[in-house]
Formats: sequence, structure tokens, C-alpha cells
Amino acid sequence: MHWNSLAEFLAMGTHGLYVWGSVVVMALLMGAEPILVLQGRKKLIARLKRQYRAESSEGRQHSKVIAARSKD
Amino acid sequence: MSYKEINWFRYASPQTFYPLAGKMIPWFWGLAAIFAVGGLSIGFLLAPTDAQQGEGYRIIFLHVPASWMSMFIYLVMAFWAAVGLAFNTRLSGMMASALAPTGALFAFLSLWTGALWGKPMWGTWWVWDARLTSELILLFLYIGFIALQAAIDDPRRADKAGAILALVGVVNIPIIYFSVKWWNTLHQGASVSLTKAPSMAALMLWGMLLCALACWMYSIAVALMRVRRIMLERERHTDWVRALLSEES
Repeated sequence: MHWNSLAEFLAMGTHGLYVWGSVVVMALLMGAEPILVLQGRKKLIARLKRQYRAESSEGRQHSKVIAARSKD
Repeated sequence: MSYKEINWFRYASPQTFYPLAGKMIPWFWGLAAIFAVGGLSIGFLLAPTDAQQGEGYRIIFLHVPASWMSMFIYLVMAFWAAVGLAFNTRLSGMMASALAPTGALFAFLSLWTGALWGKPMWGTWWVWDARLTSELILLFLYIGFIALQAAIDDPRRADKAGAILALVGVVNIPIIYFSVKWWNTLHQGASVSLTKAPSMAALMLWGMLLCALACWMYSIAVALMRVRRIMLERERHTDWVRALLSEES
């Protein structure tokens, strides 16, 4: 272990602000990216399911209309 | 020819690649975590102080992997773009689109960590130096690629337009890489190269290489996640996506 205390580790010599500023931003962005991708995926799946349901109910109505017409 | 050979072209179809990618993603996340823990603990807990730069040099464990990835992802993106243009394969364009945001992220992180490293070492956040400027252009190329594709509704045409931009922009990669040799720059030369022994302590080098591997695994995992989303979106009219989504509910 290179460090004698937590305070020394956090201070990073005199460069704590620069080192931790890099670490925090990189961790935040690399943490956020997969979360955003997952959220986008969930939204897309919900949208597609709605779309499929709408299409299939339209299809059923359409076939009812055709069946009604053929009875006439 | 034996029939036991794997038919790689089979995986070029979204329908077969989608479940395969889904199975690979957790493995790449696991590897990314292992390499990150290893690299960061070597870099931040074990590696010695730098003789010239004190503790501030530890930004190297973030800055160098981010910069490498920003350049490498662009090359891979341009490769898929070229394959898509040449063979008109569906998957290639999706791969290129899936890589661009991650590449842009790393280009931004390279500039951000570079600025935070430049301030204590050079006394300035930014200079219009060849290395820094060409990396900024790389970020703009990624953003341009994403914006261009978003502006075109037809995905096949968006792929083609994006591919041409990606291929023209690839000229910037050797410019970034060799900028520290070709011009007098404030940015230091390469610490690690393929042709000569690295000019740094072994622990520092190992920390950096492990962090770079972690970024590789991260990029593959995120790109696979994104390409799966793009596949669902673009193939939404096909039977396999319908079947897949009806199974899930």
C-alpha cells in the first residue's frame, strides 16, 4: 500500500481536486451510459407491444367487418 | 469442406445475433468489473509517486485508456461502416450506430481528464495544440455522425450517409496518433509504444493496461446492449421480433 492514511489518499499530494474531478466525472458518465441504454430499451419494448396490440385489434375488427359483409 | 465448421455468416443476421449478444453481455460486464478493480487498485493504491508529477500523474490511469478507446472505437466504427457499404449487410450499419455514442463518451472523457491533468502540470486547461485539437475534432466527428444519422428517417440511407462521414473522418485517427511526433506539441509523446520498451515503472504500466482492458470490456458490453436495442427497433416489422416480444409479456 502506497498511502499512510485516508486523508493522504484523498489529498493526492496537492492534486486531489484534479484527480478526483477526473475519477468522479468518468465514473458518473460510464455509470449513466448503460442505464440510459436500458431505459431506452424498456421504452422501446413498451412502445412496440402497444403497437402490436393496436395492430392485432385492428386486424380483428377488420375481419369482423368482412364477416358481417359476407353475411349480407 | 466439413459441415462442422461454424458458419460465421449465420451470425450476420440480426435474428441469430440478438440472443447471442444477450448471452455475451453479462460476461463482458464481469470482465470489465474484474479488470477495473485490478487496474484501479494498482493505479490508485499500489503504484509509486511519479518523480516529476507527484500524485497528479494518477489521472493517467483514466486519461490514457479513455483516449485509446476514443480512437479505437472510431476505427471499429469506420470498419463496420465500410463493410456495410461494400456488402450491404444489415448488421454492419447497426454496429456502427451502436458504437458512436460510446466513442463520443470516451472522446469527451479524454478531453475532460486531459484538461484536469493539464491545469496542474502545464498551468492551463486547454491549448490549441495539435494533439488536443485533433482529439476535439474526433469528438465533433462522433457528434456529427450521430446527428447525421438522427436526421435521416430511412435507416438504410442513414447508414450510408453515416458510413461516408465515418470513412472520411478516419483520416483524423493517424493525425491524432502521430501529432506528438509530427508537430511540436505541449502534449507529451507516447509513454507506451509497440516498437520500444515502455518508459514507465512496471506497476504504472500494469495499472494502465488493466484499466484499458476494463474500458475495452465496458465498450463491448455497452455497444452490444445498444445494438440489441437498435435491432429491435429496426426489425420491429419482422416475425422474429413480434414472436420475441410476445414471449416476454
